[in-house]
Amino acid sequence: MAEKVLVKGNEALGEAAIRGGCRYYFGYPITPQSELTEYMSRRLPEVGGVFLQAESEVSVVNMLYGASCVGVRVMTSTSSPGFSLMQEGVSYMAGAELPAVFINVVRGGPGLGDIQPAQGDYLQATKGGGHGDYRLIVLGPSTIQEAIELVMLAFDLADKYRTPVEVLADGMIGQMMEPVEFPEMRSLNTLPEKPWSLTGAKGRKPNKITSFDLDPYKLEEMNLRYEATRKRIIANEQRWEERNVKGADILVAAYGTVGRIMKTVMELAKEEGINVGLFRPITLWPFPYERLEELSKKVNTVLTVEMSGGQMLEDVKLAVKDNAATPFYGRMGGVVPTPEEILEQIEKIIKGSESA
Amino acid sequence: MNAKVVMKRPKSLSQTDFTYCPGCHHGIVHRIIAEIIDELGIREKTVIVAPVGCSVFAYTFFEIDGTVASHGRAPAVATGMKRSRPDRIIFTYQGDGDLAAIGTTEIVHAANRGENITVIFINNAVYGMTGGQMAPTTLIGQRTTTTIHGRDPKAAGYPIRICEMLSQLEGPTYIERVAVDTPQHVIKTKKAIKKAFENQINGLGFSLVEVLSTCPTNWGIPPVESIKWLQENMMKFYPLGIYKDRTEERVREGIV
Amino acid sequence: MNNKLIAAGFGGQGMMLLGQLIAYAGMLEGKHVTWLPSYGPEMRGGTANCTVIVSDKPIGAPVVAMPTEIIAMNIPSMLKFTPTLVEKGKLFLNSSMIDREPGRTDIEVMRVPANEIADELGNLKVANIVMLGAYIKKTGILSQNSIKSALEHKLVGKKKELLELDIKAFEKGTTLV
Repeated sequence: MAEKVLVKGNEALGEAAIRGGCRYYFGYPITPQSELTEYMSRRLPEVGGVFLQAESEVSVVNMLYGASCVGVRVMTSTSSPGFSLMQEGVSYMAGAELPAVFINVVRGGPGLGDIQPAQGDYLQATKGGGHGDYRLIVLGPSTIQEAIELVMLAFDLADKYRTPVEVLADGMIGQMMEPVEFPEMRSLNTLPEKPWSLTGAKGRKPNKITSFDLDPYKLEEMNLRYEATRKRIIANEQRWEERNVKGADILVAAYGTVGRIMKTVMELAKEEGINVGLFRPITLWPFPYERLEELSKKVNTVLTVEMSGGQMLEDVKLAVKDNAATPFYGRMGGVVPTPEEILEQIEKIIKGSESA
Repeated sequence: MNAKVVMKRPKSLSQTDFTYCPGCHHGIVHRIIAEIIDELGIREKTVIVAPVGCSVFAYTFFEIDGTVASHGRAPAVATGMKRSRPDRIIFTYQGDGDLAAIGTTEIVHAANRGENITVIFINNAVYGMTGGQMAPTTLIGQRTTTTIHGRDPKAAGYPIRICEMLSQLEGPTYIERVAVDTPQHVIKTKKAIKKAFENQINGLGFSLVEVLSTCPTNWGIPPVESIKWLQENMMKFYPLGIYKDRTEERVREGIV
Repeated sequence: MNNKLIAAGFGGQGMMLLGQLIAYAGMLEGKHVTWLPSYGPEMRGGTANCTVIVSDKPIGAPVVAMPTEIIAMNIPSMLKFTPTLVEKGKLFLNSSMIDREPGRTDIEVMRVPANEIADELGNLKVANIVMLGAYIKKTGILSQNSIKSALEHKLVGKKKELLELDIKAFEKGTTLV
């Protein structure tokens, strides 16, 4: 394996993209991801890539649309309000079946909110976000090392299924540093061919890329094609981590930063004699419903912990059904829960179910 | 009989029937563009970015690769394309609602960056596809379905002159306003659009050609009278001419 | 080991760098480390702090409610973080700028005149490295050589001129506790 380096999350996300074969970045500064934009401006010219600081996030997403049309691996990074601005374009890209990677370093919302880590964009990310019937593949890293792997995976999934992919990080992953190992640089020769791309109609019929058809039957056909792709993704791409789920007194569902904080909670709980299991979805869409459903049959309680008012909770409830109770604990506004306060919630629940 | 071909469909124009109304100028401009693409021999490396508006189908009318941008964003889409594949020829085709209202940010900044793209801007002073509402370029006093008593600048502001506005920027290389109301003007238009493409081929930067056009349907006047209305009203507020030409300068700067 | 440090001071007092040096040195010794900064407007002139964890085991939460050590370079930092320190935890105070009592008797307090020492060495900017020396000596969590390697790694380019002085400051710091 490669040498370990101490690196800031935002910079690691950028380097991972480059190692995954991305040479085109269009972006607009916004905290807490600006180091990623800055990193790409320095790094891309070194590897023969293109960096462009656009005039707005609206322009950014349309530049991605253009770059993806001509067949290159392209990405941007932004934070919550910026990604809201991009939603129109994301919908167009989903409709036009254009691969690209969006990294959202989520901050507190709604509105201008603040710049601290949050998970309030889960529903926007996983349920479409813009207009029309579509989903993005959404990947939720919980450490910087995992973020590197998922960014590289994001490009492969985007190309494989011709869809935009979102990496849902947060301010903590963006801002913190930890030692990581970077995989080798992907050779650009190994990137998939894109015969559908707009490279000029040389020796072939013209290619047309659009999310548009005025004939409802034809548009329905296009929608059915998108749906078929979604079904393939659901069948093939669910990813999650489960830890200590066997014989757990309680199962906790958490993703991203909270998923990582839970590992400390589990250790603290063990000292108190409580056996906490963790279910950590890595693909937030497609959400691993079936596996969580199975696991929920073996416990009384599936506690969801998020840095939101309860967004992934909706998916947890869809999975758990009536198999177990589904309480929730969340912090909002950019407040990161400490392991101690999560443990306190777990203790309360365990005590409550014992007395009942 | 020995028939001689004097005119034929340009190779760069597809077999798809136009969706434009009788008397509309889009068709003339399409043909001009297709002829130029043929003449420059760039059909196999040219990509069109169509807008949202009457010309939303433009990407199907040309026998070249193409896409549709979301409303107003064609210059950003073209920027993404050109930056990724500098050896391809990228042009946007945009109406006045698309370019001069919702898309002002994108056109201003693409122009200001001097993106090496070609922009064809069709100004007919009205929103066509949505049914004749006021456009940013609608003239003072002009009736539309959202200014039924005529555009009142107190309520709706003044018409925007895009060529004049963009020519204030340092970035653009070439900006000209033309019309296709007469055969002479058609020839001039072809010359202008050809230059706008040649500039891109030569790596000289941003070129925009604005074409004043009629919209008989939404103006509510027959095609021939529409041309007269265009000449008597639009050309007064939107004078034809070259607003910026730094082509020679750019060649000297060695941008190529 | 599972050391959890919060290092806090005014923006510009070098607390972010101090934290990164510890994290880097920890990595060199094969430890698990995380470095988490406070970020945003407070970085520009207000108080800045970072949380550093150095552990034998993989680190879950990089956020810390109850640190095992605190470095406070000014009064506001001391007031803010002292109540969170674990019992018997170590509090490092920059006594050049803090003339108050921390208000707890169940902790160990180290008073380091970091500014004065740095001034004597000829550059106030190395006060953070003086403090780092005291911290490393007192806690013993990492070898002094690892910190010196971290300094060599971090101080590149223009900052290289400061390396010799920083090493001096670091060594001086280790003699103060």
